[in-house]
Amino acid sequence: MAFLGIFLMIFLVVHLGINLCLLRSDGGAWFTAAAHFMGTNYVIKVFEVILMGGFVLHILIGIILQIQNWMARPVRYKVINKTYTPFMSKYMIYTGGIVLVFLIIHFMNFYFIKLGWISTTLISEGEPDFYNIARALFMQPFYSLLYIVLFIALGFHLNHAFQAAWQTLGVNHPQYDNCIHWFGTLYAIIIPLGFIIIPVYFLFIQ
Amino acid sequence: MKLTLKIWRQKDAKSTGKFVTYPIDNISPNCSFLEMLDLLNEQLILQGQDPVVFDHDCREGICGMCSLYINGRPHGPDDAVTACQLHMRKFKDGETIIIEPWRAKPFPVIKDLMVDRTAFDKIIQEGGYISVNTGGSAEANSILINKINSELAMDAAACIGCGACVAACKNASAMLFVSAKVSQFALLPQGQVEANERVKKMVKKMDELGFGNCTNTYACEAECPKLISRSNIARLNREFMVAKVLG
Ligand code: FES
Repeated sequence: MAFLGIFLMIFLVVHLGINLCLLRSDGGAWFTAAAHFMGTNYVIKVFEVILMGGFVLHILIGIILQIQNWMARPVRYKVINKTYTPFMSKYMIYTGGIVLVFLIIHFMNFYFIKLGWISTTLISEGEPDFYNIARALFMQPFYSLLYIVLFIALGFHLNHAFQAAWQTLGVNHPQYDNCIHWFGTLYAIIIPLGFIIIPVYFLFIQ
Repeated sequence: MKLTLKIWRQKDAKSTGKFVTYPIDNISPNCSFLEMLDLLNEQLILQGQDPVVFDHDCREGICGMCSLYINGRPHGPDDAVTACQLHMRKFKDGETIIIEPWRAKPFPVIKDLMVDRTAFDKIIQEGGYISVNTGGSAEANSILINKINSELAMDAAACIGCGACVAACKNASAMLFVSAKVSQFALLPQGQVEANERVKKMVKKMDELGFGNCTNTYACEAECPKLISRSNIARLNREFMVAKVLG
């Protein structure tokens, strides 16, 4: 869980970097170039397979562990537990579920088009025009709003995920704990915020 | 103090239990929580009713037998104490107190508030010990141990095995308990010989017994009457990974 989580967290940074290209007022030149590179480079293609495996494993293991955890307490308490625990640490399966919903929508809108499983009318130079696909989606207020809400959920997921991943990997030291914690919170704010800026840009600024 | 108690009553392991309400009066705020239950039981016996069964032994916070989930928290509203050290002054006059047994698949209810914690013993039997030859007692200073490690090992060894960590955890995970028992040896030279075997066997047993998985919510640490730190869990994870790699 932790290894896969950290791997996915690194991937998010890369993905955010590409998405931010959308913000340039260059008619999508940078973004299209980045999408073209990601779609054709062989090293990336290998990573793509690893990444998909990472997603599937992270989700599957998460669900299996959660089911085991539910089974470990067949009779529930009458009074809901009042023990203090870090915010959102108890809701990982739910925030994870919301992120999964996003992933499915996201795959239908982009990845499956790239794989050619879903066709699109927006084509430029023989390749799907992802800049205009993204732009068209973000121009819809409902899609943008949903996107923002889903990314806030991802933020909550990441906030617990980051420090929990290091704890699981055994990285814990009184001297560095605070550092890991703050970096995790910062990451969990900056990454979703970076993604959220894009629909805001398309809706209000552009 | 005047209180309303809602207590889980269950005839035996097989029957389905239910909450029964008992009003109780004239409780001194200086009374301990278990003494309050004693007073209730006296009343019940005088009325010819079955007294409430609950685990206890030392009543001074060292044996780990008392195990009550009080108003949504293992060992009740006070921090870093066992239920036997909890005083009634922590409650308000007229309050309703709901008392439940620990809830976890590996801790089946025996009767009322008493649960079977043999599962912990089984984990200990897998490796929570060091093997030494008996004989004359060894010279105490023949193996030198650095101060930090000896302190950390002592902190881990403070675990009294009450099971509050399991009771508090939303996953009913026993990681804090197992990590304390692994850590107390992992930190000392005497524990090194069997270190890899120990951690693998204890974790395996823990999983077999049906405890949940740790999702790092740290409810265990928050409720531990002996303040066992979650850094022990990280140590357990390290030990486990190393043992798996080294075989
Ligand atoms: S009765 Fe011994 S710790 Fe509470």
